[in-house]
Amino acid sequence: MSSVTQTSLQAPRGTRRLTDGLVRGLVYLSAVIAIVPLVWILVSIASKGLPVILNVDWWTKDLAGTTDRRAGGGALHAIIGTLEIGIITAAIAVPIAILGAIFLIEYARGTKIARGVSFMVDILSGIPSIVAALFVFAFLITILGMGRSAIAAAISLMLLMLPTVLRSTEEMLKLVPDSLREASYALGIPKWKTITTIVIPTAFSGIATGVVLGLARVMGETAPLLILVAYARNLYLSPTSNAMGTLPTMINTGRDVAETLVGYDRVWGAALTLILLVMGLNLLARWIAHASRLKDR
Amino acid sequence: MADEEGPAIATTTETAAPGSSPDRAKDSQPAGSIDLAGVGHAGDITFRALAYIAAFLVVMLVLFVGIFLAVIAAPSLRHNTANFFTSNAWNVTGTTLEFGIAGLLWTTVLSSVVAMVFAVPIAVGTALLVTHYVPPRLGSAIGFVIDLLAAVPSIIFGLWGLKVLGPALAPFYTAVQQALGWIPLFGKGIESTGNVFTASLVLAIMVLPIISAISRDVFAQTPRDHIEAALALGATKWEMVRTAVIPYGRSGVVAASMLGLGRALGETVAVMIILSQTNTGGINPSLFAGGETFASKIANNAAEFDSPAKTGAYIAAGLVLFVVTFAVNALARLIADRKAHQ
Repeated sequence: MSSVTQTSLQAPRGTRRLTDGLVRGLVYLSAVIAIVPLVWILVSIASKGLPVILNVDWWTKDLAGTTDRRAGGGALHAIIGTLEIGIITAAIAVPIAILGAIFLIEYARGTKIARGVSFMVDILSGIPSIVAALFVFAFLITILGMGRSAIAAAISLMLLMLPTVLRSTEEMLKLVPDSLREASYALGIPKWKTITTIVIPTAFSGIATGVVLGLARVMGETAPLLILVAYARNLYLSPTSNAMGTLPTMINTGRDVAETLVGYDRVWGAALTLILLVMGLNLLARWIAHASRLKDR
Repeated sequence: MADEEGPAIATTTETAAPGSSPDRAKDSQPAGSIDLAGVGHAGDITFRALAYIAAFLVVMLVLFVGIFLAVIAAPSLRHNTANFFTSNAWNVTGTTLEFGIAGLLWTTVLSSVVAMVFAVPIAVGTALLVTHYVPPRLGSAIGFVIDLLAAVPSIIFGLWGLKVLGPALAPFYTAVQQALGWIPLFGKGIESTGNVFTASLVLAIMVLPIISAISRDVFAQTPRDHIEAALALGATKWEMVRTAVIPYGRSGVVAASMLGLGRALGETVAVMIILSQTNTGGINPSLFAGGETFASKIANNAAEFDSPAKTGAYIAAGLVLFVVTFAVNALARLIADRKAHQ
């Protein structure tokens, strides 16, 4: 008797065991394959870019007066341009995104209209950046006759940031307990005040996470910048000027420089700077999310 | 404003917190009570209007993208002397317009499909590892690292593919073309390593975190009792995964893959930087050929958008890309919704 029980409780044998082990091996292998490119990219960019960005000039000078054959200068114009366009984009996208999420959760929750709007948000988040850029080109430049400008680029980046922020705000508003809203209404506080002083502050850290993630996404985007604003080697601050340096377009311009020239290293410096900026924002977003989760406990 | 109501709210939060689970938020809808509270408040009316305008704007933006692209593309399409869908010509500088998207469509679809062939199995594998093979702590650490891949800007992927990955794979490309050159897909391509295969590999790396993250979420939601029932029947880990986890997560993985495909089809800058443009006329079906996708064609020629006719031709290509990605994303949403309603 006891031997029978023992056999049936033993580990599976033969092909079953072999298959199980094989799949286990493949599953572990897939994770290794997934992590290799990340490490490879970070190491190859950091090793080539680090010497470039450790120079103080990199952070304090633009490329005015330099060429690909002449050393010196820095990426100040591109760093400022990337930050400026990112901030303009956020200034347009964030209010619309938060109001859109408020519509979905506070005003139209569960209705057909909400489902339709939500579907459109999904479609918007799937629109390729080049299509968003072409749309702004068609609308602002071909139809309205405006010129290329940093603002045009920001408007097209807004289309890419909007769904990211809207979705994360929506998720956060869903998590705000109804008992909070009900308590507020019971005190006679009107709905708009309930939303602005109770619901939004409760969901604030989640919304901030979404905004920072959205910002990270648009700061790394290149296609709209290629089409809607020319690259400048000098520092231009005006958002209406038709040329402005940005880190992505600095990389795009620098990739064709011959390896033998002194200016070749700048592309790696710009790439590392952009990675640090975007990854820094991503880690910041995770930190905000993490810190607020700890506080709730 | 916040200060006025501050103390009262703080107490409510504390008393309400234990009983309030995320589920609670779903079932009750306080709409009825609010409307009474809101009557007559100018602030309420304004705020409601703002929320409706924002939602309306989101819908209009999507419609406008389609409409404006179509309006600008229409005149060029009317004056196009070639068949837009079957021609591979692209002469838009002269007086007669002659352009077609056959080659663009081929390269776009080929590079994205090959990318999916690499990305989907690896994404599913990592998702399984993270959710069912390693302890949760290690799992979330691995998930965190893979998610970081999504944070790398596409131009960085492009630069890396052009300067690091492509050259590293050059011996492999030569070997495959020599050994398997008789198969059209592996036929003689271009000298440069900026071929469709390099672009596909980079696209695979770019869509991997998207597919992996969503697959991870659905695998993690596999009902506990399904897993335990399988294990109680003596299933090995793999048999449990095959009979409990995969059937439960299949539609989620399909939806995630569609989202990844949509992303790959529309990826612009990485592909533009990596792919060498070729002007051979015909379409080379080889993975080792160069070419252009819809997105890379448009981005490569951004500086040429000077005359309306020329711009219209590129915008027509962009319109096709918009329609294709719209369809792929809508399909992904439908699949995900069907799952949610089950």
